[in-house]
Amino acid sequence: MKFAVIVFPGSNCDIDMFHAIQDELGEEVEYVPHTADSLEGFDGILLPGGFSYGDYLRTGAIARFSAIMPEVVKAADAGVPVLGVCNGFQVLLEAGLLPGAMRKNRDLAFICKQTQLKVENNTTMFTSCYEKGELITLPIAHGEGNYYCDEETLAQLQANHQIAFSYHADNPNGSLENIAGIVNENGNVLGMMPHPERAVDRLLGSEDGLKLFQSIVRNWRESYVVTT
Amino acid sequence: MSLLLEPSPEIIKSQREYAAMGLTDEEFTMVENMLGRTPNYTETGLFSVMWSEHCSYKNSKPILKKFPTSGENVLQGPGEGAGIVDIGDGQAVVFKIESHNHPSAIEPYQGAATGVGGIIRDVFSMGARPIAVLNSLRFGELETARVKYLFKEVVAGIAGYGNCIGIPTVGGEIQFDPSYEGNPLVNAMCVGLINHEDIQKGQAHGAGNVVMHVGAKTGRDGIHGATFASEELTDSSEGNRPAVQVGDPFMEKLLMEACLELIQHDALVGIQDMGAAGLASSSAEMACKAGMGITMNLDLVPQREPGMTAYEMMLSESQERMLIVVKKGSEDEIAALFAKYGLEAAAVGMVTEEKLLTLTHKGEVVANVPVDALVEEAPVYYKPSSEPKYFRDFQAMSNVAPVVDDFKETLVGLLSQPTIASKEWAYNQFDTMVRTNTVVPPGSDAAVVRIRETNKALAMTTDCNARYLHLDPEVGGKIAVAEAARNIICSGAEPLAVTDNLNFGNPEKPEIFWQIEKAADGISEACKTLGTPVIGGNVSLYNETNGEAIYPTPVIGMVGLIKNLSHITTQQFKKPGDLIFVIGNAKTEFGGSELQKMIEGKIFGKSPSINLELEKQRQQQLLKAIQNGCVASAHDLSEGGLAVALSESLFGTELGARIIVDMEAVTELFSETQSRFVVSVSPEHRETFEKVVRDASCIGAVTNNGVLTISHEQDGLLIDTTVQSLEQAWKGAIPCLLN
Amino acid sequence: MYKVKVFITLRENVLDPQGTAVESALHSMSFEAVRDVRIGKYMELTIEKTDQDIDDAVKEMCERLLANTVIEDYRYEIEEVVAL
Repeated sequence: MKFAVIVFPGSNCDIDMFHAIQDELGEEVEYVPHTADSLEGFDGILLPGGFSYGDYLRTGAIARFSAIMPEVVKAADAGVPVLGVCNGFQVLLEAGLLPGAMRKNRDLAFICKQTQLKVENNTTMFTSCYEKGELITLPIAHGEGNYYCDEETLAQLQANHQIAFSYHADNPNGSLENIAGIVNENGNVLGMMPHPERAVDRLLGSEDGLKLFQSIVRNWRESYVVTT
Repeated sequence: MSLLLEPSPEIIKSQREYAAMGLTDEEFTMVENMLGRTPNYTETGLFSVMWSEHCSYKNSKPILKKFPTSGENVLQGPGEGAGIVDIGDGQAVVFKIESHNHPSAIEPYQGAATGVGGIIRDVFSMGARPIAVLNSLRFGELETARVKYLFKEVVAGIAGYGNCIGIPTVGGEIQFDPSYEGNPLVNAMCVGLINHEDIQKGQAHGAGNVVMHVGAKTGRDGIHGATFASEELTDSSEGNRPAVQVGDPFMEKLLMEACLELIQHDALVGIQDMGAAGLASSSAEMACKAGMGITMNLDLVPQREPGMTAYEMMLSESQERMLIVVKKGSEDEIAALFAKYGLEAAAVGMVTEEKLLTLTHKGEVVANVPVDALVEEAPVYYKPSSEPKYFRDFQAMSNVAPVVDDFKETLVGLLSQPTIASKEWAYNQFDTMVRTNTVVPPGSDAAVVRIRETNKALAMTTDCNARYLHLDPEVGGKIAVAEAARNIICSGAEPLAVTDNLNFGNPEKPEIFWQIEKAADGISEACKTLGTPVIGGNVSLYNETNGEAIYPTPVIGMVGLIKNLSHITTQQFKKPGDLIFVIGNAKTEFGGSELQKMIEGKIFGKSPSINLELEKQRQQQLLKAIQNGCVASAHDLSEGGLAVALSESLFGTELGARIIVDMEAVTELFSETQSRFVVSVSPEHRETFEKVVRDASCIGAVTNNGVLTISHEQDGLLIDTTVQSLEQAWKGAIPCLLN
Repeated sequence: MYKVKVFITLRENVLDPQGTAVESALHSMSFEAVRDVRIGKYMELTIEKTDQDIDDAVKEMCERLLANTVIEDYRYEIEEVVAL
């Protein structure tokens, strides 16, 4: 399976994403600059964390107008797995690939720490290697992860089981319904604030993020076998 | 401001305009003699910033000479953007610490942010990829609204810059004392990695080569920042806001990536950060170091505001700019490289044979001065020094242990002292793990960052207990270095080298100069004994508010090498049944201790003593034991003594400890005697451990009940409490003070 | 030339933690009469005259980039000025 890591000006978790795929998963991965105009040949698209364009207007607001973004939208529409982590999630929200918006953290400060998450839905292509209700530890590192959507959207998210991860016991940022990550209606676009790519090596504290990437690869292999 | 309003050379001289820029009468005469004429306005500005303490080290040069600066692994000592030490396999570590004290006192968010930005530029201007940032911070007691505001904003500023640029903030220390009330200290250290062949220098070689201004445009911010940093703060300093620059971490992220691509380019000749004194110092220093001159046409400098004068452009401290020298004819190619990152690179001048800095603006020569006069021929002052009376009084006092009634309450009290209490409130705001190499995040003795594609890691720390330095600057200076090395050793690393940030008061006062001298003597001796040369650093003098100096605070930044990832050791106890050893015996030493401060409300007496040879011996033995794999955890004894160190070794675990001591209880539990460690060892390794480490005595064992029990052989139970209650006090103290 | 002032605020039903923090700070400074604080953004744009209707143009800028209409409201003022 071949992954693309999209690099926006100001992305800074691109290298983490790259190494998680290459070193821990052993899959193919390439950096794709924001100026590229094609995602031909990639089987998975990763939007990394960071501060694209300094997050100066709103998080993700400027990045979503990058040349590469129409290609990301096209791929998402075609069912390619698209994962946005942290700033990547914020870009997906601004681009309208996922519903809702981000506000500043409840306590107004940037927070970087390990958090406990609950796997709310393990039937998506990103979470199938986890157990439903499994408690995992992933780090967060963000200033704006306070997820918001209106009641109608929330009802839809809940009805369609689009909430993939929620904060367990302690909600660090004040997000609605403790939401930490959501998928789109088709289940092939996941946005999440916690960083699975920072939790793939026990030396650094946790490897609970590995199963997320393994889920993507396993589901891709299965569908690839079926469709060809 | 327009050029027309600038005073003529005659007016500058007769009205003593130079004095307002920071030059003395004697210095102005020196300039006149060097030039053979009276300098014009721009030239006077150049000399005033280049001869400021911040750029010329004119007051501290005789002091800096004391430091050992070479060693077999030192690839670059002081004098460039940052020092460099070989770590084998063709790689090297680059690091430096720098202060941003005065700007942070005036505008704490931007002051701290641009401090971080500046030190990161120093490291990538050497060609290195920055891999970690540490911060050493000092504030007044968290009692007034102003101090709380400074603390919160400084932390937010560090976070705002470091998080955005994507370099993990992995450690440092924060201490609180009334002496920093009006003059907080914000020292930032950056550590980078480099391959030997990529090492760059800030030198302008090759006549005809092209000088380029890259990165952000030049604005009017921070004009005379270097001079500002070399003056005392007064109540009117807040009116000096123009001296504070605003940071743009996004711009710096782009600049960093562009510069790291640039260093691989054959056309690059030299590169230097435009830091203090901006274009003036970068151009003059690059020319001087290469024995060349530079001529620049200031009309070509990218300007953020209309109508800037030559004086303003040369002295601007706008952030996120670099000065580079590239081979003649490669300008377009280099401009294209920067354009790829959305950055401007403008050819503004040329390297010349004649050792002059020649500036033209709007068709006129606005400055023409010898570069050596600006850089190397700055005056050097040997300030008078005198031993202060307070020191003799302190030395005359005998060592007495404070009276303690309730040991448990005393321990809880110590753990709640802001200097000891958990700094989680601050470091949870820092992205400590971006780039996924942080093995040991803030909160342990030293931070540990692995080096990808090798089995090695780097340990890093900053340390300085200024209370000891206040009581005895020489001994305190030794302790600062020894403690840094102890932290490095505890993480499983071999200390490599030191970068220091000498924060002191006004050197023109003989008592202050005495502190500087003595502290430098102590640091030098410790660095020599422990084998850690000083490869660079920064001097920040005039840290006074309304005449009151800060405690002498020479912050020691140290980096160590972990040769095998399996050597990485943390301070937390690991499993029940492990034996707890303390290395070294406590003496009745409470001068400057946390206990003295807490009980007496002030510090006095003699600082703890230190024997550097013994220190070295214990450090080497402990490191050997760690490398042999027989140490489960290691933690140095510092503020608060043994009881605090034991508590800290338990925090973050579910474990407990049962301890028995036998000497005088207050001294055993709370003395800050130096060269000591708390170590846990699995019983099967006891024999090996004791063979390697001589002065270790077993004082108890790790338990699984989450309770800390300390008893005395004669006096019985001293402390018996849940670790949870201690941890709550330790974690809750700072948030509680801030609310 | 036009000088356009854009005001962006959080929508009324969206919690504004910054505003809440400022409100409680004002209360603690004994400005107890303060009932509500909402924090927003203010932008100044200088725009050249073109064929496109200025009102349409500014509206589109706000909708597409300057505001996130999921959580933010916007309003603007347009003033025609003489170019310097």
